[in-house]
Amino acid sequence: MAPILELQSVTKRFGDFVAVNDLSLTVAPGEFITLLGASGSGKTTTLRMIAGFEHPDSGEILMDGRPLTGLPPNRRDLNTVFQQYALFPHLTVRQNVGYGLRMRSTPAPELDQRVGEALDMVQLGGLTGRLPRQLSGGQQQRVALARALVNRPKVLLLDEPLGALDLKLRKEMQLELKHLNRQLGLTFLYVTHDQEEALTMSDRIALMRAGRIEQLSGPREMYERPSSRYVADFIGETNMLGGTAARRHGDSARLTVGGQEIQATATASVRDGDPAWLTVRPEFVQVAGPDTAGPRLRATVTETVFTGQVTRVFARLQDGSGLTMHWPAADSVPAPGTVLDLTWPAERGLCVGD
Amino acid sequence: MSATRSPRRYGRLLFAALPIGWVTVLLLLPYLFLFAHSFFRLVDGQLTHQLTLENYGRLFGTALYPNTILFSAGIAARVTLASLCLAYPLAYLLAFKVRRHKNLLYMAVIIPLWVSYLVRAYAWKIILGQEGVLNGFLMSVGIIREPLAVLLYSKWAVMLALVHIYTPFTLMPIYAVLEAIPPALKEASTDLYASRWQTFRHVVLPLSLPGVVAGCTFAFVLSMGDFIAPILLGGNDSALMVSNLVVSLFGVAFNWPLGAAVSVVMLTMTVTLLTMARKLEDRWGGGPAGRRLDAPTTGGMGRGALHA
Repeated sequence: MAPILELQSVTKRFGDFVAVNDLSLTVAPGEFITLLGASGSGKTTTLRMIAGFEHPDSGEILMDGRPLTGLPPNRRDLNTVFQQYALFPHLTVRQNVGYGLRMRSTPAPELDQRVGEALDMVQLGGLTGRLPRQLSGGQQQRVALARALVNRPKVLLLDEPLGALDLKLRKEMQLELKHLNRQLGLTFLYVTHDQEEALTMSDRIALMRAGRIEQLSGPREMYERPSSRYVADFIGETNMLGGTAARRHGDSARLTVGGQEIQATATASVRDGDPAWLTVRPEFVQVAGPDTAGPRLRATVTETVFTGQVTRVFARLQDGSGLTMHWPAADSVPAPGTVLDLTWPAERGLCVGD
Repeated sequence: MSATRSPRRYGRLLFAALPIGWVTVLLLLPYLFLFAHSFFRLVDGQLTHQLTLENYGRLFGTALYPNTILFSAGIAARVTLASLCLAYPLAYLLAFKVRRHKNLLYMAVIIPLWVSYLVRAYAWKIILGQEGVLNGFLMSVGIIREPLAVLLYSKWAVMLALVHIYTPFTLMPIYAVLEAIPPALKEASTDLYASRWQTFRHVVLPLSLPGVVAGCTFAFVLSMGDFIAPILLGGNDSALMVSNLVVSLFGVAFNWPLGAAVSVVMLTMTVTLLTMARKLEDRWGGGPAGRRLDAPTTGGMGRGALHA
């Protein structure tokens, strides 16, 4: 399918600071795509350029194949859900939601009907006469969503819309947004710094770092096959052991970690002799039996922490670096000082570059 | 514990006593005296303590007083409108368009407030007078041959000076509300297809109304109570404002009861106006930061009323 949104080598500078650096991205219609990154990584600037609040210094942004350059925000067929909602404080819920339609001179009966539908969609049908300050944070969030959706934009831009909500509400809204995306077939471009949120909702995630896309892939692939140390570290919980890459052979590489050679799955970002990291998720680390094949590291238990779902066991390797594992719920937890031989499935140990 | 608490409480009382005493002696008591005097009777030019309503009867029965009050209100209304027309665009520019030297420009608007009122009023004498700067300029350009006498000593000169003096008062609250409007609201408006004009009309203007009300109340009440500009620049019309009437009733005619009655009427008008303004600000006050401007407004207003 032809892309609905296309960014071609977009660059944006603020003085000496390069906020977005030669970024290219193609978004398919109906896709839920997330720009994920730490603050200052350029994700919000990218969104603001698509919305038309900032202008790229170079590069082109296309919507439906037509360049958006020079079009002010009010002439772009997309809507934004703002970080702090940006509801008009002097207008009621109904007037807020109807604002876009009113600016486009929609006839009153149609306006009323569409506003009603949009409010029903976000389950706010009963609050139409309230002012924003009379609503809870979660309700304000829904109004902001309805205010954007009612215009049936081609692309919906969401700038950390759930950031101000508490955890429980946030989880609810994550699913709700996902459902709206499916149900309406609307393209969502979502900006967040919360990796869990990105994993939950996205069809694809663009992990941003210093104005570039570090990795662009589906959530599962990003979790299981991070392309670099940065991605592995940013997404989920992981162990990161520093070493040197050696004898790379196709998909596998040997990696020297703490004086020991370990077999690992190589990613594109490493070459022989480069500094490299072995990354393995805590849930894959287990105690090795006497004749287990595969990687093997000796470690001493330093601390155990029960967190409800899992018990985390922290251990120290001979060279002093730490390793975390999730202890099987059925087994008795080892005492600090216990020496263990640890292993993991060879394909779960990744050798990544910086 | 309690041994340390009680001296501290005395200290706190002492601390509060000063401002409370200040307000009582310098504000409440004078107002009470004023109010009481408006009911006293003047017998053969002597103030007596017999209570009477005849001061008010004379006030409303003589065309001079209501007419002067209305005339002053008219002048004040025109000054307010002119101040608003100057202050709003300037505040808008300062808040949204000027990026560099913003504070410097704001100070340039505010600094005249630090210059003595008299100096500013006299400055207009120098500009508008027979031998003044304006006449000199007009003659040197050749637009007029003889110096114009009408420039100075007219109600126009008074209004000009009042606009000059009270525009910063109008500007400050408007600038404050405009500054407090989150930029995201304007962005949200354009994101929802509004043009610049529509964004101003539907978002910026309504959100700035509390500031407009506060600023207009400043300008209206202060210029209505003004009596220096008419004296310096009003010429034959020097008694045209109601405050000038009050001054002459107290100072020249020694009719304190009547002067007090006029003052009480003005005070009532002012307080009514302030209450209305406060109600309006309250209604619109759910603005961006929920910011309320009535506190500084009412604080400054006392002075306007004191002119009376």
